[in-house]
Amino acid sequence: MSEPREGGLAVIRRGLKLSPSITDGLAVTLLLALVSTAGGAVIPIVVRNAIDDGLGDPSGVDTGQIAGYIGLAAVVIVAIMLTGWWSKVRIFTSTERGLTELRVQAFRHVHDLSMLTQNTQRRGALVSRVTSDVDQISQFLQFTGMMMITSVGQMIVATVVMAALSWQLTLVVLVAFIPLALALKYFAAAMSRAYDRVRHSVGEMLAVIAEPVVGASVVRSYGIEARTQDRIDHAVRTNYRNNIRAQSITAGTFGSAIIVGGLANAGVLGIGLWLGMLDQLSMGTVIAFIFLVGLFTGPAQQATQVISDAQNAISSWRRVIELLETPADVVDPGDTGRRLPEGELGARFDRVTFAYPGGPPVLHEIDVEIAPRERVAIVGETGSGKTTFAKLLTRLMDPVEGSVLLGGVDIAQVGFTELRRHVLMVPQEGFLFDATLAENLRYGRSDATDAELKEAIAALGLADWYAGLPRGLRTPVGQRGESLSAGERQLVALVRSALADPAFLVLDEATSAVDPQTELRATRALDRLLEGRTSVTIAHRLSTAENADRVLVFDAGRLVEDGHHRDLVKADGVYARLHASWVAQASLGA
Amino acid sequence: MSADALDTLSTPQADRLTRRGFAVMGVGIRREPAMFTLAVVFSLLFGVMTVADAWVLGWATDAVIRPSFERGEILTGAMWGGIGLFLGAALLRMIGVIGRRLIGGVVFYRLVRGDRLRVTRKYLQLPLRWHHRHPTGQLLSNANADVEATWSVFMPLPMAIGVVAMLVAAIGTMAAADPVLTLVGLVVFPLLFVVNAVYQRWQGPRLARAQSLRGDVSTVAHESFDGALVVKSLGREADETARFGRISEQLRDANIAVGRMRALFDPVIEALPNFGVLLVILIGASRISTGAAEPGDVVQVAFLFTVVAMPVRAFGWVLGELPRAVVGWQRVRHVLDDDAHMPYGDQLLPGGGALRLDVEHLEYSHPDAPGVPVVRDVSFTVPAGRVTALVGSTGSGKSTLTSLVTRLVDPDAGEVRYDGLPVTTLSQQGLTEAVALVPQSTFLFDDTVRANIVLDRDVSDERVWEVLRDVQADGFVAALPEGLDTQLGERGTSLSGGQRQRIALARALVRSPRLLVMDDATSALDPEVEQRILRALARRSESGAGPTVLVVAYRKATIGLADEVIFLVDGRIADRGPHQDLRERSSAYRNIVDAYDQAREEVDHE
Repeated sequence: MSEPREGGLAVIRRGLKLSPSITDGLAVTLLLALVSTAGGAVIPIVVRNAIDDGLGDPSGVDTGQIAGYIGLAAVVIVAIMLTGWWSKVRIFTSTERGLTELRVQAFRHVHDLSMLTQNTQRRGALVSRVTSDVDQISQFLQFTGMMMITSVGQMIVATVVMAALSWQLTLVVLVAFIPLALALKYFAAAMSRAYDRVRHSVGEMLAVIAEPVVGASVVRSYGIEARTQDRIDHAVRTNYRNNIRAQSITAGTFGSAIIVGGLANAGVLGIGLWLGMLDQLSMGTVIAFIFLVGLFTGPAQQATQVISDAQNAISSWRRVIELLETPADVVDPGDTGRRLPEGELGARFDRVTFAYPGGPPVLHEIDVEIAPRERVAIVGETGSGKTTFAKLLTRLMDPVEGSVLLGGVDIAQVGFTELRRHVLMVPQEGFLFDATLAENLRYGRSDATDAELKEAIAALGLADWYAGLPRGLRTPVGQRGESLSAGERQLVALVRSALADPAFLVLDEATSAVDPQTELRATRALDRLLEGRTSVTIAHRLSTAENADRVLVFDAGRLVEDGHHRDLVKADGVYARLHASWVAQASLGA
Repeated sequence: MSADALDTLSTPQADRLTRRGFAVMGVGIRREPAMFTLAVVFSLLFGVMTVADAWVLGWATDAVIRPSFERGEILTGAMWGGIGLFLGAALLRMIGVIGRRLIGGVVFYRLVRGDRLRVTRKYLQLPLRWHHRHPTGQLLSNANADVEATWSVFMPLPMAIGVVAMLVAAIGTMAAADPVLTLVGLVVFPLLFVVNAVYQRWQGPRLARAQSLRGDVSTVAHESFDGALVVKSLGREADETARFGRISEQLRDANIAVGRMRALFDPVIEALPNFGVLLVILIGASRISTGAAEPGDVVQVAFLFTVVAMPVRAFGWVLGELPRAVVGWQRVRHVLDDDAHMPYGDQLLPGGGALRLDVEHLEYSHPDAPGVPVVRDVSFTVPAGRVTALVGSTGSGKSTLTSLVTRLVDPDAGEVRYDGLPVTTLSQQGLTEAVALVPQSTFLFDDTVRANIVLDRDVSDERVWEVLRDVQADGFVAALPEGLDTQLGERGTSLSGGQRQRIALARALVRSPRLLVMDDATSALDPEVEQRILRALARRSESGAGPTVLVVAYRKATIGLADEVIFLVDGRIADRGPHQDLRERSSAYRNIVDAYDQAREEVDHE
């Protein structure tokens, strides 16, 4: 991606503002770095003076004076080593500090974005924001960016020294290098296009390489090895070609810097001699210029790579900044928010309408009141709006119009910590963290003792199940809890919710249980969990609706029926139809 | 030869790791001998010409610059000679550097390409049993990061070898210029090398720690974002941020440790040649005053130090890549050296239409738990055109059985036969033409809807739409932005679980299999949709136009569609027969299939 230069600088400015630790003492660091680059100029100066003070004339070598120069130069070089060391320590420390702040900020912001935003962006991309993108910026600040500054510094120092020695020869060197400097822009653009192609082909290659691994059983059972291999071969070869193309551009830049250096040397020799004859400059100056040309060649060789790295880092930085600047559309009023009444809670939807940005409303003017300790089942076909209803109730999203109230308080005015203490959503899939059972349960209440954890397990009637766990509370649950069965993960999620002890529970019931027996156990545990609390359950099972105090039936974003199972069955409406098909499929053959 | 030269130079640090690293380099060199040699030739050209550049300066000092200044008039011929030499040396250096970088890149990328193709071919060849033993993440990283890690040492390698030539040539020209000044080179060059090696040695563990912490940071972020809903609903944002903050701070400290080491060594490595230059001038001054050396010699030797310093770092880069290369190579070899494979027969299955499935005395244990069979002495027959359901709790061996009857894995004992022919006698084509498996988890290729369904078959769009109608997927596919041409997969449109399962069903049905095996393949569908699809399928099988069906099922309605049910407990057939009969005679069976409805029945009986 090539973007206008100013865009890049603006991104860097905004980025530095977000991580103030980086700019802390940056001026001193840069000054030290510039001093340390001056080291390159010491040698040509020493060479010139040594030659002009005697080396060039065997009869008049003044060893003492030369030793004096050299002693001085040695001191300067040591000083430069120290400033180099100091500036590097400073830059590593300040950038790492600043970027760690940025990383953590971005991480928190991802969690602050509503579920809506999290769903539209891919999770993997969000992970890259806090990992590889930040790493890319740190590479840039510590190496490429420093290299840019020191290279420019080195070239400026060299130019100043050259100009002090001979403005004519300086012109010769600049004339040789300026065309290359102008061409670098085009080289860099070509390079950045080439790397774009490389990145794109890497993405494609990774996707097809996953086929024989992730899709092993499909590939094998359908006998499509040849097709799969063809796709891989093609992607791998395309990636190879793109890499070689990018490589040839780098090689070309390196080569051109060298030939330009040779031209400059030849020019310095020819014109230097001519000027020398006119007594315009000394023999030492001519030779020192050849050394100085070397200070230009190195940075010129690296320039293309440096520009291309800088572009990548700026794109990364821009992505992280954009993430941080995405407003959290569900805003946490924080500690200043209103408090919810303690004890039992009812809920009210006051003319609530919801639509995804740019989409049609998925929930139309919902008006409903849920009494404290009422057990409500939500029923409807996929896409009827029942999940949206649950998300609005727990403020995972905010309505477009109307308001949601808990205990008479608009939940938009309640701080998250306060809100989550009273109302809890238990998602369909019992997601667990890669830790022990105890640590996962403590996500519900962090200060619970082991005894309290076991108590909560027993209270939900799961003591038998717990007794069967090989390592009890220390049982590791594996990544995403995958060492446990899907049903067991739900059990853990239920205990976790019980520990949190909310007055109001919102549940998304599982559609397909892996193991019917664990499923049954979970259903019973759930019943106990709901006792004495207000609950809203998205029902996928007939029994849930039948057992509920009240059933809310959603159809195409509207609340179409509201009442007890008994009455709704008789009403011969949407619910009656759904119920009939449930009964048919559950008891078929029975 | 060149590798040996490097080895002797690295003697102070030589250890097992280094030796194994050199062995990896040997493998790479033998794979790309011509290109590697070419890259080294270019690198040698560059190295020698870099020294020649300094020699030209020395020569120009003594033969052109000094005489001209002494005489007060330009030695025109010599001057043009000097200009020509400067340009010639630069031209050859340019050719050297372009060749080295380009051909060096060709060597590296060819080695990577070669192993990628080898590893993925191996994946396609190794039996599924092998796949099940290895985590997906590991296999993906074997084919990507590990392959690159193995060969990345080849990026700096040609340059490092060129540097050897450069150093030899440098010492040679120094010796020719002045033996005493050469001593400075003999001290400074090895010192540069040693400092670089020590730096790599000390930095290695720090880099490894930072790398592993980077992995941890990524793991925490992945996990936390995956569980975002839980984090949000439990109000754990602050705690999660604290957890991520702790690991990020560890990474920060590790990175700073790497930076401090670099900050210590970089200035030393940069300053060393400069001290060399000062020493050369100091000694040179006294050599010139005694008439033992010419000024040009001193200038030339001094210049050599400035041009040689940077390339010498290539040694450090090679040493730095070695540990990665060794580990990467071990991982890649682990895949390539496994020669497990599944031998196919050479028969095609004669005839057409639904086939008869015979399963006899099957026994199977997972490779990592031998002696604990998950399928024990299982025998049954599914007559042609009939539907049989497999029922049992988690871990009862249902999924394993589907892999066995479709010959994704071979049993430890027993036999599977299609129309009387043992599956082991069938060619792979014979097998895949006869049977289609729809696995539990749906895999979609990064390809179009059409390609995901037809795969390698030549199938008309009419037929694809027909099958999509059968699986009730025509509606949503038609609604996709580009219909059958819509790109699916990671970087394409994402489908819901139920939609994915229907694509997988279409994929199986479009091949008109003679035996269809479904492993809980409709779990994400709405019950009504599932019923419609399965009923249509069962009707067609009954009429002789459809496949024989073996289905792993939980929903009672699905089970009810089967002609016969096989009830598995702990890998054995506990009972079999029509659903109704099993319900009547087996309480364990009733428990399993009624589990959903028990709560409802309790209510009903009140």
